[in-house]
Amino acid sequence: MTNHVVITGLGVTSPLGGDVASTWEAALAGRSGVNTLEHDWVEQYDAPVRFAGELAVPAAEVLSVPETRRMDPSAQYAVVAAREAWADAGSPELDPTRLATVVASGIGGVWTLLSQWDNYKEKGPRRVSPLTVPMLMPNAPSAQVSMLVGARAGAHTPVSACASGAEAIGYAAQIILSGRADVVLAGGTEAPIHPLPLAAFARMQALSTRNDDPQGASRPYDVTRDGFVMGEGAGIVVLERESHARARGAHIYARIAGFGITSDAADIAAPSPEGQERAMRAALAESELSASDIVHVNAHATSTPVGDMGEAGVIAKVLGDRAAVSATKSMTGHLLGGAGALETIFTVLALRDRKAPPTINVTQPEPDLPIDLVRDVPRDLPAGDVAAFNNGFGFGGHNASLIIASV
Amino acid sequence: MAHSEDEILAGLAEIVNEETGLPTDAVTTDKSFTEDLDIDSLTMMTVVSVAEEKFGVTIPDEEVKNLATVGDAVRYIAQAQS
Repeated sequence: MTNHVVITGLGVTSPLGGDVASTWEAALAGRSGVNTLEHDWVEQYDAPVRFAGELAVPAAEVLSVPETRRMDPSAQYAVVAAREAWADAGSPELDPTRLATVVASGIGGVWTLLSQWDNYKEKGPRRVSPLTVPMLMPNAPSAQVSMLVGARAGAHTPVSACASGAEAIGYAAQIILSGRADVVLAGGTEAPIHPLPLAAFARMQALSTRNDDPQGASRPYDVTRDGFVMGEGAGIVVLERESHARARGAHIYARIAGFGITSDAADIAAPSPEGQERAMRAALAESELSASDIVHVNAHATSTPVGDMGEAGVIAKVLGDRAAVSATKSMTGHLLGGAGALETIFTVLALRDRKAPPTINVTQPEPDLPIDLVRDVPRDLPAGDVAAFNNGFGFGGHNASLIIASV
Repeated sequence: MAHSEDEILAGLAEIVNEETGLPTDAVTTDKSFTEDLDIDSLTMMTVVSVAEEKFGVTIPDEEVKNLATVGDAVRYIAQAQS
């Protein structure tokens, strides 16, 4: 097969680290990136949830002052991750009209929108920044990444809540398979840690309120789980036509073997195992692999009471109980539109190192858990040609499943 | 309290530096915002917006196109605050 889509670059900024190496090291060590929020606004606005997974290395430490002033944090994180991914891929020289971006966000520039509204209310309309619109629009991260690398084959932004990051990578693979581009920077980003999103998700009863134990709050599949933990950050991968990557001698991490995407058409917030199962089966069918080839799953597993067990049932139904399942949101929190991208990168690294990362904080697993959960310490994965799933599901009934295969 | 023209120049140079990354010493009164400093219209509106707040003046949108050089902006702000 000469038209396989392969992964040739990785970039991350996350609650566990400012780059891929430090994030992965922390994940394998089972560290939590979640902490008590120290901002004045926590007390000032009586935030119902007082902890989150903030970036381990603030973007302002690695970007210039103009970059931080002209981009919403969501775009800043995408640019930080894209720089690393592009350098990791060898910063290839190529026809810019064959280079595209697909960078997702779940919410968009919420910090910009709300802080400029504050400016308006406090100081009047002339104090609203002229950069408000180009900073708050959800396509800004994709556009900024396109400018960073000079991508002129299209700059796209799937918006599908917490499925966005996985959907972006799947779309990017399809763009390459369609023949429109040879290389695509793809992933997702989110900068949601602001009092309004925290209060809004808390009002849905979607967030953990374990304010006295932030690092123990994200506990997927544990019987005492009480919601997800908000995280921030971005993950970007460089996807490339295999023939293009081989011709330039690029390092190839893995290949995208299958992508399944479905919608539930059922409920605006509640997940549907039926839609999730169709997504996983569609990815498996496209991959031409069998369930026995799948040795690892990076589950969506956000630590909500309903969502985790629904997905576990789907994984068991599609794959049985042989695959080593990891819920890395136990360490990173939930990066919303960035989650699927960060977790695709974890999946790629798990195949590279043949180590499934641990799920932390699970002291009392669900008694009827039908999957083989990797707890506390990494699990060795088998040698040979193997593959792994990464699931991303979002409010709105969006389901995206990716299969990553070793090369 | 009114700012001197030197103070206004220094303040503008800081704003331009923060918005564009240009070194402050590149921002001198003889420089054209568009020709020499490569500042596009959106960035110019941002510089004006920040300068209005910093110096406590109002620079009407229709005046901005008349501020060709840094010196024009310095003189406009100096007069507007008196």
